[in-house]
Amino acid sequence: MKVLLNVNHVEHEIDVEPRLTLLDALRDNMRLTGVHTGCEHGVCGACTVLIDGAPARACLIFAVQADGLAIGTIEGLAPAPGELSLIQDAFCETHGMQCGYCTPGMILTAHALLRENPSPSREKIVAAISGNICRCTGYGQIIEAIELAARRLAGSNAGDAA
Amino acid sequence: MNAPRAFRYISTDRRVREDRRFVVGKGKYIADIAAEAMLHVALVPSQHAAARIVSIDASRALALPGVHGVVDGAELAAACEPLMNGLDTPHVQRYPLAVGATRYMGEWVAAVVAETRAIAEDAAERVDIVYEALPHVIDAEEAYKSSSTPVHPAHGSNVLLDRVFNWGDVDEHFAASDSQLSLRVTWGRNATVPIETFGVLAQWDPWGAVLDVNASIQMPKYADQIARALRLPMNGVRVHYDVDVGGSYGVKRGIKHSVLTGYLARKLNRPVRLLEDRLENMRSGDAHGPERIFDIDVAFNSDGVINSMKMRALDNAGAYAGRAPFQLGKPIGAIVGPYRIKSVHYHAISVTTNKAVEEAVRGFGQSPTNYAIEAMVDRVAEAVGVDRIEVRRRNLIRSDEFPYLIPSGTRYDSGDYHTVVDKVLTHVNWPELVAERDRLRDEGLMAGIGVAACLEPSGGNSSFEPLLNPKNTTTTWMESCRINIDALGDINVAIHTTSSGQGHETLVATAVGEALEIDPARIRVTRPDSLSSLPGNSPVGSRMAIMLGGAAFKAAEKLKDKFRAIGAHRFGCAVDAVNYCDGNLSHGEQSLKWLDVVAIAHRHFHELPPGAEPGLEASFIMQTPTGEALPTPDGRVQMYPCHSFEFHIVLVVIDPELGKPDLRRYVIGHDCGVVINPHIVKGMTLGGIAHGIGAALLEEFVYDADGQMMSQSFMDYLLPSASEIPHVEIVHHCTPSPLTVFGQKGSGESGYLGAPAAVSGAINDAVRALGIRFEKLPIRTTAISDAIAEAKLKGRLP
Repeated sequence: MKVLLNVNHVEHEIDVEPRLTLLDALRDNMRLTGVHTGCEHGVCGACTVLIDGAPARACLIFAVQADGLAIGTIEGLAPAPGELSLIQDAFCETHGMQCGYCTPGMILTAHALLRENPSPSREKIVAAISGNICRCTGYGQIIEAIELAARRLAGSNAGDAA
Repeated sequence: MNAPRAFRYISTDRRVREDRRFVVGKGKYIADIAAEAMLHVALVPSQHAAARIVSIDASRALALPGVHGVVDGAELAAACEPLMNGLDTPHVQRYPLAVGATRYMGEWVAAVVAETRAIAEDAAERVDIVYEALPHVIDAEEAYKSSSTPVHPAHGSNVLLDRVFNWGDVDEHFAASDSQLSLRVTWGRNATVPIETFGVLAQWDPWGAVLDVNASIQMPKYADQIARALRLPMNGVRVHYDVDVGGSYGVKRGIKHSVLTGYLARKLNRPVRLLEDRLENMRSGDAHGPERIFDIDVAFNSDGVINSMKMRALDNAGAYAGRAPFQLGKPIGAIVGPYRIKSVHYHAISVTTNKAVEEAVRGFGQSPTNYAIEAMVDRVAEAVGVDRIEVRRRNLIRSDEFPYLIPSGTRYDSGDYHTVVDKVLTHVNWPELVAERDRLRDEGLMAGIGVAACLEPSGGNSSFEPLLNPKNTTTTWMESCRINIDALGDINVAIHTTSSGQGHETLVATAVGEALEIDPARIRVTRPDSLSSLPGNSPVGSRMAIMLGGAAFKAAEKLKDKFRAIGAHRFGCAVDAVNYCDGNLSHGEQSLKWLDVVAIAHRHFHELPPGAEPGLEASFIMQTPTGEALPTPDGRVQMYPCHSFEFHIVLVVIDPELGKPDLRRYVIGHDCGVVINPHIVKGMTLGGIAHGIGAALLEEFVYDADGQMMSQSFMDYLLPSASEIPHVEIVHHCTPSPLTVFGQKGSGESGYLGAPAAVSGAINDAVRALGIRFEKLPIRTTAISDAIAEAKLKGRLP
């Protein structure tokens, strides 16, 4: 089936089997390998992408269902080659990762959270990332990264988490 | 005791360089590596705990368009050597696919190769296998009986290891003690379950006769094992180390996957990739951790001083031997924990059962052992009626007793346990914490405090190998580093392993920068493949800060010696009269800048000292600081060189209606000597605690009596989310190791080694008033609520 995917503001027309997940379409058909395969049953959050701005599991949606939706992946966050978004930089500052495998999903979740709520409490941050499993960090430095990003956003008057 | 030195880059607040590629989604994981014309593998799993394979008919699968082949165990057994066993158990043979019989539910019976993974999965459902069910054994105690059905009939029994050690005058110490008590605790089968499953891509070059392997691997002797199994020379296997591994914590040892994929790539003459899906990973990936029953007798005085311990540890290794039984050996190097226990009787038993195969998990058996020791200390405190912390204090090794020789032959390098305990108690305001617990109890909640003290042996040698397998005489477990300063004076450092989140590029850049007095940001770190690498043993056993950091520092010191020799030749002075500072050389009024030395080394042979090689390159292959001697005949050995200390305090609150434990406060005192990168060590510790909380409360691979695995998805095998993990406060202390270049010790397993004991202790403190005692991990909410309900029925509510 032909499907028109709008990924990071660029439209791609691809031909897929109806059973192909959005996750596999992004990774295999479009070579956007920043989105990661974790459990393929919607629990771990490694495959998190943004759909119309909200975090979603790319493993639980077929590519054909995403036709016409605005999809955001980690590849769309950095402002320019070699640069980092404010949130990406905050994750580097606090070392909010180890192996990096859950990191793209975690950052996209943080991105959506801070866009909706620029100064979330610790409880709100925990609730927001509780659908993204990290086996390395115990979450402490991830929470610190999001808190740091929120503080810097407030200071920067950027008005946009990107 | 040596005090921590002053450092330029070591221990300073510096970013972790690997993070930059991860935050933009540019990590290079195995699933991101694709080869032209690559084929994909899906596996056919056994549905039986034990069965004879009567027939395998792949014709319907092969008829599917896009399918390139189906292989089974019989074909592999004819073409390959069996996978390596740790122990001397030649009749417990393991191949990547079941040969003749299947020995656990989920075991791979056949592999299907196709154009896409989807086609391979479709075809796997069309492989028709006829089984004849056989008797099975699931329980370790049952398997240990001589009457049990052997999982490997050729081996004659289920016993892989049955070894008794007596270190010291156990009988005498028992007789001389005021009291003794016995306890049994059980460590449930869990694992690290990384979010990335295991994957491997193999390509065979038939003209060059080289097998290229990319894999999400964390394993010592990986290339060696592939070469042996596939009957290739080791220089015919090229393992690529520049693969980012998406978490491992011990388990990413996919040797069966790799041998299978390598075989398929050669047979089909196409690149072949095997990526486990989550189901394959959990039930068939051979990546479960220890499952262990401890029976302990302990002899102590009425003041709580522990004199001697008898420990029987029975481990359920699963269906094949692998390296798992060694996980009973490594804890021998810290068998008394941080305590002055004078003698130990240790009975280590490993049995086969019809469960998935056990593999290395963070701590290599130490966390279960620490849990057992700490449960024992809590019981002694209860028996003598002395506060749990006071009992620990009375038994902890004192700082003036190091280096301290424990009964099993290992010398602990350094420690200051009492100070760490005091710092934690001050930080947490112990009297206030106790008052808080009691206030919560007054409010009708169940509240408890857990305490655990334990060690993290680090700097992994492999002394448990010769200890448990007399045919294995390994006494080195080296690690290597190579530095090359190029013609423009820029620094390139090569390391020879994959990493799974430990930040090794940051580690070696920091160590080399420290030695050369050059900003680590200017140092490039690369990972040559195994054919271009110096020998190493991968990041296991909390060893890389010590071993890779040590090798990097020593290689840099060799380079500085070359610098000084060049300077001495120019200055006309003795080598040791040349001053090295910030990369520049001086002697009195004379000086040579960094780039001057580079120019001499790379372009001006006529200015080099006689006999000097041109260029600026140095390599160092580092022996572990200990472990060079074979074990004594009575089973004493120097296990790992360095010993980090941790002291945990946890406050837990349980709602008596729900039974759900809520960790209200978590404090850890941590002493891993000199910290090289504070962010990395902090992350390891917090992550280890989260992993330990999972082991204590949530995670278990459960099998039913028929050998069917009941927890095959993340709906049943529960991983802690941010909601389950409390904010953790870390209290730092630094007791340098005298055995390492900076005074560093290991920290890769920190947190995990004490958290299960601490959390278990907290829950038991909370429910003690009901007469409940939990002696098996994990302590799931259902177990707590059931026990509370039963206590209510019996009228035991306070």
